[in-house]
Amino acid sequence: MAAISREEVAHLAHLSRLAVTEQELDVFAGQLDVILQAVARVGEVAAADIPPTSHSVPLVNVLREDVEQPCLTPAEALSGAPDAYEDRFRVPRILSEEE
Amino acid sequence: MIKKTAAELGTLIANREVSAVEVAREHLDRIAAVDDRVHAFLHVDTEGALAAAEAVDAKIAAGEKLGPLAGVPIAVKDVLATRGVPTTAGSKILEGWRPPYDATLVERLRAAGTVMLGKTNMDEFAMGSSTEYSAYGPTFNPWDLARIPGGSGGGSAAALAAYEAPLSIGTDTGGSIRQPGAVTGTVGAKPTYGGTSRYGLLAFSSSLDTPGPCARTVEDTALLHAVIAGHDQRDSTSIDAPVPDVVGAARLGATGDLTGVKVGLVREFSGEGAEPGVMSAFRETVEALTKLGAEVVEVSCPHFLYALPAYYLIAPSECSSNLARYDGVRFGLRVGDDGNRSLEEVMSATREAGFGPEVKRRIIIGTYALSSGYYDAYYGQAQKVRTLITRDFTAAFEQVDVLVSPTTPFVAFELGSRTSDPYQMYLADLFTIPTNLYGGPAISVPCGLSEGLPVGFQVMAPILGDDRMYRVAAAVESAVGTFAPPAL
Repeated sequence: MAAISREEVAHLAHLSRLAVTEQELDVFAGQLDVILQAVARVGEVAAADIPPTSHSVPLVNVLREDVEQPCLTPAEALSGAPDAYEDRFRVPRILSEEE
Repeated sequence: MIKKTAAELGTLIANREVSAVEVAREHLDRIAAVDDRVHAFLHVDTEGALAAAEAVDAKIAAGEKLGPLAGVPIAVKDVLATRGVPTTAGSKILEGWRPPYDATLVERLRAAGTVMLGKTNMDEFAMGSSTEYSAYGPTFNPWDLARIPGGSGGGSAAALAAYEAPLSIGTDTGGSIRQPGAVTGTVGAKPTYGGTSRYGLLAFSSSLDTPGPCARTVEDTALLHAVIAGHDQRDSTSIDAPVPDVVGAARLGATGDLTGVKVGLVREFSGEGAEPGVMSAFRETVEALTKLGAEVVEVSCPHFLYALPAYYLIAPSECSSNLARYDGVRFGLRVGDDGNRSLEEVMSATREAGFGPEVKRRIIIGTYALSSGYYDAYYGQAQKVRTLITRDFTAAFEQVDVLVSPTTPFVAFELGSRTSDPYQMYLADLFTIPTNLYGGPAISVPCGLSEGLPVGFQVMAPILGDDRMYRVAAAVESAVGTFAPPAL
C-alpha cells in the first residue's frame, strides 16, 4: 500500500507554500512514497519508554549583557530585499479591498 | 607551489621566502586553468583574495607575529555568509545575494590571516551527496571527471584534490564533509556539534549542522580546526569549553605509535552494505593500526542501522521549518509580484521557482513528518531512535577510545547514476549519519584505492574528544600515505 497519495502530496505542497506543477506531483508522489516507506522503519524499534532527543547539547536560553553593540544599518538590512519602501520591506497586498 | 601543504605554505610566508600575494596568485591561476572542468567554485573573489594577501604581507613586513595559517589560501563552502561576497547555498532563491555580514567562522578565518579565494559549489542548501543538486550545475571529481565529488560539499573537496586550494571549509549535517573527503582522497573533519559556530551558516537542520575543516593532510585539517573552533556567544548551541588540542594530537598520531589506544570496529558496519573494494581497503587499514600498537576490538551498536531512516525524518523536518524564511520578502528572489497576486501567491510562486527538486522533496517530507496524526509515528519516533543511537555511542566509548568504519559504502559513482532514485542517493550517508545524531566528532582520512578511486576511513570519537580522532587519523595517514589524483 502506498504511504502517501498524489492528493496528499499536493496538500503538503500547498501547506509548504510551493506552487508545484502537475508534472512535479507525478514525479514526487512516487519518489516520496519510496522514501516514506523506507524511513518508516524507525517504527520497528521498540521505544515506547525512551525519551526523545532534540539536540546533543542541553538547550538553554543564552542572554548577552544589556550593552549597546554595533549592528546592521537600515540600509544594510534592506540591501538584499527584493523591494523596499521608506526603510521597510515592501510586501504584496495581504488584505483585500473589503477588509 | 600549489602542491604544498598549508603548514608548509604558512612557514614559507612567515619566513618571507615567498609572499602571500604570490601564493594567492598561483592558486588563482590554477583555478583559472582547471575550474572550467572541475567547477569547484561558484564565485572566485580575485580582488578580495589579493587584498587579503597584501595585508598579510604588510603585517609580516612590519614584524607582526601571525598565526601558522596567515597568508594561506582557503575556499569556503557557499553556505556561509561572507560580507559583500555572493552567497547562494547552491540555490537560485539566493542568486545575487550579497550578505551584509560575515559568519563567525569567516570572521575567524579573516582574523587568522587566511586568504579566501572564493565560494565553493554544493548541493542546494547542503541537501545531497553528489553536488548534482546544485542549481548552478555539478562539480566534477578530479580523479575522474565523469564521476561525482561527493556532497553536499563536493566543491570544497574537489578544490583540494584539484590543487585549487590547500584548505577549505565544509559543513556536515549527515556526512557532507566526510563523504566528499572520502571520494576525492582528501581529509575532512566534522567537529563535535557545538564545537564550531553556526552563526552565519545558512541553516538546513539546526540540531545537526556542523561546520568543519577540510585539507589534503590531517595536520592541515587540525591547524584549520584550531582556527575555527571555540565558543561563540552568537550561537546558543555553541559549547563553552576549551577546544581540544587537535594539532598536538595530529602530530602525536603522525609518529605512528598507537600503543594503548583501543579501536572499536562497529559490527553493524563491517559486513554488508559496502562495496567489496571499499571493505578490503578498510580491513587492510585496520590491520595497519594493529601493527602501530592499537588494540582492535569489535563492538556492537545495534541502533546504528536505524540512523539513516531517523535522519531522513529529523533533517527534513528541521529543513521544512528553517527554509520557511525564504519567502521572497527580506532577501533573494521574488516572483509574481504584479500588484494583483496576494502575498501568499507570491510566496508560493517564489519558492516554486527558487527551490530545486531535492529541496522541495525534503520540505514536503518534513511537513508530512511534523503534521498532526503522523508526528508521533515519524518525527517523535525518530527522536527516540536518536536517544538510542546516543546510548549505543556512550556504551561503546566505555569500551574503546574511538570507533572506525568505512566513510561511505561506495567509491565515487558516475554522474547521473543516482539522481532518479533519491533514496539510492541517501545510502551514501549510511556510515556517516550516526555521528551527526549523537553529536560527536568524526573524520574521514584516505586509506587506499578501489578501482583506482579513493576510499575513506572514518574515525568517530566521543563528544569533545576531537583530539582522539586526529591522533588516529594521523596514524592512518602515516601508515598508508596520501593519494594524489592523475594530472588534470
